[in-house]
Amino acid sequence: MENLIAGAELLARWDVLFALLVGSIGGVAIGAIPGVGPAVAIAILLPATFSLEPIVGLTMLLGIYGSSMYGGAIPAVLINTPGTAVNALTSYDGYPMTERGEAHRAVSLAYSASFWGGIFGIICLILLSPVLAVIAPMFGSREIFLAALLGIILVILAHRGQIFAAGMLAMFGIFLQTVGLDPTTYTQRYTFGLTFLSSGINLIVVVLGLFALSQAFFLLTAPNSSPDAKPVKGNLIAGFKELLQHKRVATVASGFGVILGMIPGTGEFTAQFMSYTYAQKTSKSPDEFGKGAPEGLIASEAANNAVPAAAMIPLLALGIPGEALTAMMLSVFYVHNVIPGPQLFQNNIDLVYGLYLALILLNIIVFVFLLFSTNLMTKVIRVPTRFLGVMILILSFVGVYSLRNSLTDCMIASGFGLLGLILKRLNLPIVPIILGMVLGGIMEVKLRSAMPRLKTPFDMIDRPISFILFALIVLVIALHLRTLLKEYRAHRPDEDHEIHDTQMR
Amino acid sequence: MSRVKTLQSLFKRYRRPGDIVFAWALLIVSVFLLSQIFQQAVYKPGGKLFAQPIFWPAVSLTLMTVFAAFHLLGSALSERLEGRLTEVLLWISALEYAAWFILYAAVVPVAGYLPSTLIFAVLLVIRAGFRGRVAIVSALVSALVIVVLFKTFLQVKLPAGRVYEALPDGLRQIMLTYF
Repeated sequence: MENLIAGAELLARWDVLFALLVGSIGGVAIGAIPGVGPAVAIAILLPATFSLEPIVGLTMLLGIYGSSMYGGAIPAVLINTPGTAVNALTSYDGYPMTERGEAHRAVSLAYSASFWGGIFGIICLILLSPVLAVIAPMFGSREIFLAALLGIILVILAHRGQIFAAGMLAMFGIFLQTVGLDPTTYTQRYTFGLTFLSSGINLIVVVLGLFALSQAFFLLTAPNSSPDAKPVKGNLIAGFKELLQHKRVATVASGFGVILGMIPGTGEFTAQFMSYTYAQKTSKSPDEFGKGAPEGLIASEAANNAVPAAAMIPLLALGIPGEALTAMMLSVFYVHNVIPGPQLFQNNIDLVYGLYLALILLNIIVFVFLLFSTNLMTKVIRVPTRFLGVMILILSFVGVYSLRNSLTDCMIASGFGLLGLILKRLNLPIVPIILGMVLGGIMEVKLRSAMPRLKTPFDMIDRPISFILFALIVLVIALHLRTLLKEYRAHRPDEDHEIHDTQMR
Repeated sequence: MSRVKTLQSLFKRYRRPGDIVFAWALLIVSVFLLSQIFQQAVYKPGGKLFAQPIFWPAVSLTLMTVFAAFHLLGSALSERLEGRLTEVLLWISALEYAAWFILYAAVVPVAGYLPSTLIFAVLLVIRAGFRGRVAIVSALVSALVIVVLFKTFLQVKLPAGRVYEALPDGLRQIMLTYF
């Protein structure tokens, strides 16, 4: 309890609250504009937050992360274009409702379900913290190495139908982080004699290129469009009453969001699919799904909003990010010398609780904000896409250049921007590169520090948690091979998803 | 024949035009990088394998090459899609915007952040096809907001423009610090 109060004290400062307010309201707007996702915004703001205190910078980024999905529901419902890729399933049932003239009902249901999912996720996080504080110190170097390895494997396998591409890109990411001076032997690795490569390839430059610049290129090379959303009339609180009739769906969907949010490499998209399928299977009127079923809308929005809180669990407790956004936040921790991981729960528990409280506040701020300003957001959606492209290009410059005032960084970022553009055009995932870089670095360091204690390879898995992790790795691969074999026998290649959650963010 | 067909169905996947070009490109890059492994990374005799500087580049590049080969196989075994050339030309056309970006970055230390942002915002908006007064004014206002937000308030580290040196005393100090 005293930790909670210490956390509250950390937040009770005008600059922290201001950052939270800016982050959450900015996040809603960013989420609402199709074409700019939270990843673009976080990538651009990242270097700017380095000069702020950790709690201020983190609450701002957390604000964007947590609130963008609220905003993303607006265009999903009103114009059938998800604001962020994770709102894709919201449009399945949201837009038919708008067509029936129930836009107001759909939007208000989406907000209520998002709020439910968001708060559910945070409550789980708070309840789990004491358990985490006990378990996290049991994670030594080999456990963290195995957890990162599991993360890489899951990221690759989660891209069903694109496993080779995801594998290739994840390996490329691991390779990228090895470029430069080797930290222990001081030998050059893949620098090709170029001095600017000896300090390595900066993660933030890659992130800005792959997410922000690529999006600018993507919008600027495509024909211009200006989405038109009609204003919504009516009382938006009504949705909460309707939500209470579907408590079961909302809670189970949030549960899916929490569980999949915790597992590295899976995230919002899988959570949405699973909870949507669950809602449809257990519904009294499954035929209504896709034609404007409130349960479908609730399932998808509750699931994706429960993820951000849950995604903080592996990040804070083990220092292992599960997807691109938490990978970016990890660099904020590093810049301020706060190393997430088991020690965080022992030394900086007030920061952890401060972040939890920030998440709760964030959900309340966004919910209240949206009740009054949804129609303002419908105007924001109308920004022409090519104009947006110009703005992202100009903003990306601040991000890349302020890092260390280097023109070379701008060129490297442009190169990654082109790579990102090609990946987006081909509908191939970007996230494996980023996670490969971050998790690859963790694996290299942790394997090295685990080495002196290992006599035989079996020492790697002779502790309970490392054994469980190893068993999970084997299980995940075995299950995947089994599915492949089944599909092969059935002579039926599996369907690809039209959109991957890694796209468009 | 039937075996070939099942092999095809195993590797066939959802694609877009230009997929095979990218698949070839990445395979070539990964093979090239892998071929450089002994020149670009060191193996120290006597040390443990997992702690070798060469270990992670070797593992990642080998797997990358394998995945890239299968990715190419998957692309080659799927039916050909129309519009490959148009797609590749579009990728190349993005180079123009990359050039704008680098040029912008090169101009800022000379002309200063505020003037260059205003100029580039207007030029780029015109290049993107907008001609109306509303678009130009919005570009100017957005550029101004960006500069004030990042440089004036957040004090992000950006170099002061060399042209500011020519300004009269009082104004110069303000411009150097805030814009």
